[in-house]
Amino acid sequence: MSSVLKGIAASSGIAIAKAYRLVEPDLSFKQIKVDDTAQEVQRFQDALETSKGELAVIRDRARTELGEDKAAIFEAHLLVLSDPELISPIEDKISQESVNAEAALKETADMFVMMFEQMDNDYMKERAADIRDVTKRVLSHLLGVKVLNPSMISEEVIVIADDLTPSDTAQLNREFVKGFTTNIGGRTSHSAIMARSMEIPAVVGTKEATKEIENGDFVIVDGLNGEVHINPSDDIISRYKEEAAKFADQKAEWAKLVNEPSVSADGKHVELAANIGTPADLEGVINNGGEAIGLYRTEFLYMGRNDLPSEDEQFESYKAVLEGMKGKPVVVRTLDIGGDKELPYLDLPEEMNPFLGYRAIRMCLDKTDLFRVQLRALLRASTYGNLKVMFPMISNLSEFREAKSLLLKVKEELIAEGTEVSDSIEIGIMVEIPSTAVLADQFAKEVDFFSIGTNDLIQYTMAADRMNEQISYLYQPYNPAILRLIKMVIDASHKEGKWTGMCGEMAGDEIAIPILLGLGLDEFSMSATSILPARSQISGLSQEKMKELAEKVLNLSTNEEVIEAVKKEINM
Amino acid sequence: MAQKQFTVTAETGIHARPATILVQTASKFDSDIQLEYKGKKVNLKSIMGVMSLGVGQGAEIVIYADGSDEAEALASLEETLKKEGLA
Repeated sequence: MSSVLKGIAASSGIAIAKAYRLVEPDLSFKQIKVDDTAQEVQRFQDALETSKGELAVIRDRARTELGEDKAAIFEAHLLVLSDPELISPIEDKISQESVNAEAALKETADMFVMMFEQMDNDYMKERAADIRDVTKRVLSHLLGVKVLNPSMISEEVIVIADDLTPSDTAQLNREFVKGFTTNIGGRTSHSAIMARSMEIPAVVGTKEATKEIENGDFVIVDGLNGEVHINPSDDIISRYKEEAAKFADQKAEWAKLVNEPSVSADGKHVELAANIGTPADLEGVINNGGEAIGLYRTEFLYMGRNDLPSEDEQFESYKAVLEGMKGKPVVVRTLDIGGDKELPYLDLPEEMNPFLGYRAIRMCLDKTDLFRVQLRALLRASTYGNLKVMFPMISNLSEFREAKSLLLKVKEELIAEGTEVSDSIEIGIMVEIPSTAVLADQFAKEVDFFSIGTNDLIQYTMAADRMNEQISYLYQPYNPAILRLIKMVIDASHKEGKWTGMCGEMAGDEIAIPILLGLGLDEFSMSATSILPARSQISGLSQEKMKELAEKVLNLSTNEEVIEAVKKEINM
Repeated sequence: MAQKQFTVTAETGIHARPATILVQTASKFDSDIQLEYKGKKVNLKSIMGVMSLGVGQGAEIVIYADGSDEAEALASLEETLKKEGLA
């Protein structure tokens, strides 16, 4: 039966493929008494061998595709499954207590999990997760439940999930994932950002994707209109094939602008930059004609692993991005963890209001050991390109001064050690907290640049959690209150001869671009795939006219009025 | 039975990767191999056993091997400790 789900168009394009459900399987079972314990031990050993075989394949694939680092995780899993101290007690339990393999496994593994969780060491606590992971795998085989192996996907699929976390996406075999759809999330959730950086269509926030879609269902993800078609009719399929071709044509048209500058109809130059998460994203930036990296989210270096990345490891990543951009600006945001991005191995306490809590620069200025490692790696890499360092979540000038002085101290240390450090590194801040936007004139005297992080600026200004779908109507990028804050920041920077960029979703938004151009924004940083459409749009706009438009919308009263005024002006 | 004492010099102690490599090395031999630290002995073929000891820098450890290939086992483990810069 065919049906349609509505959601939020998170990444443009159209994908047509079979569904792959990335949903935790049901691993519940009953403890029962077994008569033939020898056969039960054999059943356990078979499940163990199957699991090991799978893990060996995954490890080898990880080694060639994801690097030694990720492969080490699976190597550790394999060792756990070969551990006599884990396996023997399970076999003994089956033989001596005549319980089924599922119960023996679960009970024994839980004991180890508890033991590791109680250790006073973050690294050990993480081992508990390893044991849980492998237990799930063996248990699945015992129960005959299909094990999720997203890294083993080998045919074109559309991934169906409740939500996609960074570690889920790290495991996906990108070659075959043509699109995805999730139950929860919005345009700025991690899953949406990932989809845009992978350049695959996505529809998020469908509420019921995992309920309505079965493995193997034929699915169309319409990332232009935010629709998901399940087992559609032939008519709909052929309509979508046409639509996909049209989108491809449009993309080809945009592609002609790859090497063109970004200039308005009346000759105003702006910089169109890209937001990236890893050096692997560089290819997309170059293919889409990015003139700079406006936001390098370094937290991805810290995610999906069990320990902190070393200085050398970080240095290699920063160097790769700086070299890859061949002297074009690269704005690197220092570690922005907390809020919706957690690092289990740091073992930070749970908070009532994580978005208002211990995160980003607040944590870095507290855990300076951790922060220094990143700063050292960054400064060492600075000679390989045009590095600009940006501190996130700055709420007052003292934080900026403290972070900057730490950076300068680390720089001196490096120079004393005989390491070369660039002398022309600009140091700026993210403006995402209203207090900083309001005081931008004071900040502008001390920072080299601003970059407005609109996703957070909007949520903090409107006091509306952007992860809470019930109040998603309060996420109002065009609310004149937000626009006025943006104007204050841009004006303050220009008064001191500094520049302002924007690295939130708004920078690539076709309603926002005319206003931002009019307000004099210098740099627009967005998902790589938005660059060419933005360049095309800007080439058709007159900055002088957009100044008038900006003036006008700043004096309107609501989000809706602004949208209407912009649409009227640019004939949308 | 063969035995030998070592002092752990690695800054990280015996964690993660080093532990993996030691266990892999020990598992190649038939002998019973044990690791002792602070009076606690664990099976050196058990990754969870080794990690549960929490061996840090400066730790005095003793490795025991008992069986037909005990001498080779001990020599091989010593080589691994040196090669990995652990002791």
